[in-house]
Amino acid sequence: MTLDTVLVIAAALFSVGVYGALSQQVVVMVMMGLELMLNGVILAAAGLWWFLAPAPDGQVLLLVVIAAMTVEMAMGFAVATLLNRSRKSDMTDMATDLSG
Amino acid sequence: MSPVLDAVFWVLAVISVAAGIAVFRVDSMARATYALAVSFVAVGAILLLLNLEYIGVITILMMVMEMAVMAIFMIMFMGMNPALMPMSMVHNKVGSLVLALGVFVVLAGGALLVDWPARRGEPAGDLTRSLGEAVMGSKMLVMLTVSPLLFATLVAALVLATPRGRYDRFGDDLRAATPRGPGEQGDQA
Repeated sequence: MTLDTVLVIAAALFSVGVYGALSQQVVVMVMMGLELMLNGVILAAAGLWWFLAPAPDGQVLLLVVIAAMTVEMAMGFAVATLLNRSRKSDMTDMATDLSG
Repeated sequence: MSPVLDAVFWVLAVISVAAGIAVFRVDSMARATYALAVSFVAVGAILLLLNLEYIGVITILMMVMEMAVMAIFMIMFMGMNPALMPMSMVHNKVGSLVLALGVFVVLAGGALLVDWPARRGEPAGDLTRSLGEAVMGSKMLVMLTVSPLLFATLVAALVLATPRGRYDRFGDDLRAATPRGPGEQGDQA
């Protein structure tokens, strides 16, 4: 395990997440893509922390990324609920226009 | 790092990426949820290999619970048994694939081509304790910022998700003497 290998694995996770976030039609599946992207960010940050500067500050940054994942999940579920209530749908393609 | 730990890292790395790919390859949302949970658990285990005991454990615990919640939401919204219903709901598959491959080439190329500096400093003896001291000491402002952000997220999520707002309860001019209940005359929800 080296920094290069950890970062390549993180890049692979992030790229898979990019594919999911761009290609999926269901809101919850788009959220899964975003989660995978943040999964890659966490791994990359952990690798950089351990192999370059293992000070406590890096761990605090990881906590912030995990908090960002929490916010993304909560708001994603709220938007999915709103979309389902207002449009009777959970597809992104049904929410391409503004109304009201 | 010992050869055994190195082998464990590669096994976990392959599992995390393969499970990540499986999220968008399996034919039901329930399986996709399980695949994503496996990917997160594998990454959490890699964090444990990097001596990030606290971060690794909370990543595993949080993501397993999140996937459970996600499965409930899918059952709510899809109105079907997500474990049995095959699905393929994608758009612009080729374009997304090309972009994702491009992102991977750029990121992995950068990771391999950059001449990374040597490690500066040594990790503390007890990393979890040092994290706690940082959070309660020099990095307290970070936590003081994250805390109201999480509270604001709770409020915003509730406002978005609730079916009835104040205009539904108190009328368009917000002057109703008593709030209207769900389904009562004048309730617009």
